[in-house]
Amino acid sequence: MTAMREEQLQRVPTATTYSKDYWQGLKLAVPVILGYLPIAISFGVLAVQTGISFFHSLLMSMTVYAGASQFMALNMLAIGTVGLEIVLATFILNLRHFVMSISLFSRLEHIPKRWQAVLAHGITDESFALASMKREELGSRPTAAIYLGIFSGAFGMWVIGTAAGAMIGNVVPGALSDSMGIALYALFIGLLVPAIRAYWKIGIIAAASAGLSWIFSMYFSEGWAIVLATVIGSFAGVWVFKEAEK
Amino acid sequence: MTLTLIIIAMAIVTYLPRVLPVFILEHLHFPAWVNKWLKAIPYAALGALIVPGIFTVEPGAPFVGVIGGLAAAVIAYFKGHIMIVIVASIVIAFIIQQF
Repeated sequence: MTAMREEQLQRVPTATTYSKDYWQGLKLAVPVILGYLPIAISFGVLAVQTGISFFHSLLMSMTVYAGASQFMALNMLAIGTVGLEIVLATFILNLRHFVMSISLFSRLEHIPKRWQAVLAHGITDESFALASMKREELGSRPTAAIYLGIFSGAFGMWVIGTAAGAMIGNVVPGALSDSMGIALYALFIGLLVPAIRAYWKIGIIAAASAGLSWIFSMYFSEGWAIVLATVIGSFAGVWVFKEAEK
Repeated sequence: MTLTLIIIAMAIVTYLPRVLPVFILEHLHFPAWVNKWLKAIPYAALGALIVPGIFTVEPGAPFVGVIGGLAAAVIAYFKGHIMIVIVASIVIAFIIQQF
């Protein structure tokens, strides 16, 4: 094992290979880059209309970089929530990236850990899905550069879109920005429906937690309702996926 | 300042689950049911996020979100690109609001 590792380490790719790989990654990321534009703009617009400064909108997109939790934070800030509740809801909501990260990095053990740590920041539902679907294009031993291309492309558009949205936020008419609020739900539906189409019982998990979320929202704040419904509703998966194996 | 701290805390709790596998992957062995539970979390989160939130896209007019969401579901079901799903639902929600 170690002997094999050393042999592989000796075949160090040249700088031109890295830049070629980076551009290839960037090209692969085009669907996500395009898909992020309206959502990022919506986020910027809604952030400013919620009363968040340009600086804070951009800071959130750069450091948190997780669409659903950013919109949720806006929602919670709009209804006057401040502090621990937002942080905990963000944590639970983004815990799913843990699973994606396990899946991604189990195939990238040949990449130095410091580069893996950089790539980890770029894991989102969409970039992970893309990186998982494009295994053939990535080859058997993909470089950090090609992943850097995919992830930085998506990240770059998210940040640029946020900035653009935050700049025009105050001139966008209320009717249009309300309509843009649906972009997030359209994205969620756009991610969920193909999964249910591929395996209908995933719909049971989503429906269970949707029902719980509705019930909990009558008794708790929106943030807690989402957190509780996700944690409890996903237990349906223990039953659903067990059935699937038979 | 408070908001800055909230955002930094959000960033930390988001980055930790993303980066943790890089360092602990060799030592991880979950029981089967935990794997299934983890596998279901994305779908459960999506369900919990869509309902009841979609009813409040336009306050006081829940049908705006419902019709926009149904349009998104139909387009997604027939394998429309995610970009088309998003733009179409924005356009439909905007048109409905004009009435």
